[in-house]
Amino acid sequence: MALSEASEKSWDEPADRAAAGPLSSRKRPLAPPYVGRIARRPQQPPVPLSLAPGAVELTGPVFGTADVSPSDADLTRQHGGEPLGERITVGGRVLDGRGRPVRGQLVELWQANAAGRYRNRLDRHAAPLDPNFTGAGRALTDDEGRYRFTTVRPGAYPFPSAVHPNAWRPPHLHFSVFGSAFTQRLVTQMYFPGDPLLPYDPIWNSVPDARARERLVAVYDPELNEPEWSLGYRWDIVLDGPDATWTEEGR
Amino acid sequence: MTLPATPAQTIGPFHGTALPFPGGADLAPAGHPQTVTVHGRVLDGDGAPVPDALLEFWQAAPDGSLTGAPGSLRRDGGVFTGFARVPTGGDGRYALRTLVPGGAPYLALCLMVPGLVRHLFTRVYFRFPEGDPLLAALPPDRRATLLAAPEPGPHRSYRFDVRLRGTAETVFLRFGPARP
Repeated sequence: MALSEASEKSWDEPADRAAAGPLSSRKRPLAPPYVGRIARRPQQPPVPLSLAPGAVELTGPVFGTADVSPSDADLTRQHGGEPLGERITVGGRVLDGRGRPVRGQLVELWQANAAGRYRNRLDRHAAPLDPNFTGAGRALTDDEGRYRFTTVRPGAYPFPSAVHPNAWRPPHLHFSVFGSAFTQRLVTQMYFPGDPLLPYDPIWNSVPDARARERLVAVYDPELNEPEWSLGYRWDIVLDGPDATWTEEGR
Repeated sequence: MTLPATPAQTIGPFHGTALPFPGGADLAPAGHPQTVTVHGRVLDGDGAPVPDALLEFWQAAPDGSLTGAPGSLRRDGGVFTGFARVPTGGDGRYALRTLVPGGAPYLALCLMVPGLVRHLFTRVYFRFPEGDPLLAALPPDRRATLLAAPEPGPHRSYRFDVRLRGTAETVFLRFGPARP
């Protein structure tokens, strides 16, 4: 068992809804979507709230050089030696729905190491820890909304449950992003292009709309390569306006 | 131009070594005489504690300003940044030390829970102001889930439990378009 929760068979419970939206044959889900732990899922629909100007949630926290050092964005330089794995550069822009850059905001990343193991006591996957890799980083977006991390490509790891006994998570990066408004808060995951595990991943398939799922997949971008050092992946992040936090969950 | 938004995904079980930071719960400047404690538990639909949730609070300063300030992640103990990040412990408990906001008397709360496909929003009210459109639209028993209850005793503390499901389920919010 990779996860302590999985061993309790509580991680994941039977899907109670079908995937929605147009699906290309290539990306048709081959696994039921992850629906989470029923006991944790609210039964009442969220209460719609139109925010008046001046509402607290239309503003948000600010971060700066007091919070994040440039070196925090290099996950390969946090220990005495080089971590194992394929070195990558992941960068892109954080934009709002109108295409405007989100400037000076906090982007956080966490991930498994190249062998598919998190440096976290909850992760019991029988893959080695890397003494030179913690797997967490932070960056601030610049005036164009750009962020950039140097890290290693994470490994896949098993994700068994009662519903998906043979599931593996595709390599992915967890991202936490702030916008200019608290309503824009986003926690999500980035995937790698061309990954054959994707159509089988319950988590990726938990986004019902196929086009929206594709927006979680980065593109290989040679322009982001560090010559003779790292492979570049570009992933732009678009934050909701306050008008789309829940009802369009399936996008 | 409208760009389609990047969808949210579950926070997963392994955020605990990445997102929490020292002093995350200490929003009030060190030793501030007006410090209040907001504490409680996050509970699931079976009443079981949720030991792996992450709570993020955003709020106005005591003077009502919503500008915030950098420095939340490496607090110097003197600046009120308006932002706190608090993980729950093994018993589902959290505790936030802050100052009561000026202006609208509530904390915005974003709750991230492994096992949910996306995060949740709610509010923590210190009192219910007249004419608040959200509160006016809720039946009294649901409204009550948004109130931080003052506790007796010499310390200024408030109790606020989050119930994810079932009896007394907390009101969660979906933000709509801003009114002109």
